[in-house]
Amino acid sequence: MKYSNEMTLTISALSQNESFIRSSVASFSVLLNPSIEEIGDIKTAVSEAITNCIVHAYKGRNGADRITVKVGITDRTLVIDIIDYGSGIDDVSLAMQPFFTSGNTEERSGMGFTVMQALMDELKVTSKPNKGTHVLMKKHIQQTNNDIDEGADA
Amino acid sequence: MEVISKQESDKTIIYLMGELDNHNADYARTKIDDIMAQSLKRIVVFDLKLLSFMDSTGIGVLIGRYKKAKGKQQLFVKNPSRTVDKIFLMSGLYDIMPKV
Ligand SMILES: Nc1ncnc2c1ncn2[C@@H]1O[C@H](COP(=O)(O)OP(=O)(O)OP(=O)(O)O)[C@@H](O)[C@H]1O
Ligand SMILES: [Mg+2]
Repeated sequence: MKYSNEMTLTISALSQNESFIRSSVASFSVLLNPSIEEIGDIKTAVSEAITNCIVHAYKGRNGADRITVKVGITDRTLVIDIIDYGSGIDDVSLAMQPFFTSGNTEERSGMGFTVMQALMDELKVTSKPNKGTHVLMKKHIQQTNNDIDEGADA
Repeated sequence: MEVISKQESDKTIIYLMGELDNHNADYARTKIDDIMAQSLKRIVVFDLKLLSFMDSTGIGVLIGRYKKAKGKQQLFVKNPSRTVDKIFLMSGLYDIMPKV
């Protein structure tokens, strides 16, 4: 896809990077002038996807594993790709069901994909066992009064 | 992140502050469990006023505390951000931990 502006981040799959990754994507998205709530939605959805890479795709491994995060802008839409090269998912539609988790059911809600789906406008998950998983999310950022005012002034 | 508590006459208030994500979840669990084990109050309120971020890992942490309390304590949440409010609603968290 052709973007008017894009960035790519390849980073170690370590939990201490979670905050940096979601903040980086949120900072980039500020170019579209999102509301505070939209920034919260983007940060949360990105956090869900990268946490899954760290917790599930590369479970129990440490160090050399990488996550790739791509963010592109077309018009007022933010397109986010999150790619890992880990375990993959056997049954994607089962994994995406609300409350499904392969983790510890006492401590994991199994709501990650449901949250991504609800906070973003589009979610596509493709996965190959032992090859990895690709999460694609899109969010349309609403035009704010601020943008319109700036436009009128220009 | 940081977890601090305040005792009021009838309840314990637990302030979750900063970012509650997968990286901080173990710390949050341990801190909250310590506070809840020491508190004799039947009502525990999680105040999220100073929480700048939480995702589904945080929902898991809260549900885990609810399961651990086994009904001996009643749990509530207060002051979620708009995004957190949405994820609490969709996960049914308010059914077990009402918003006050
Ligand atoms: N990148 C991934 N690689 C491998 N498996 C994955 C990946 N993402 C998700 N999964 C699988 O899909 C399941 C559901 O993911 P989801 O994020 O919805 O819930 P969870 O991570 O188990 O719990 P929560 O996100 O609420 O802490 C996971 O338990 C895991 O089995
Ligand atoms: Mg998850």
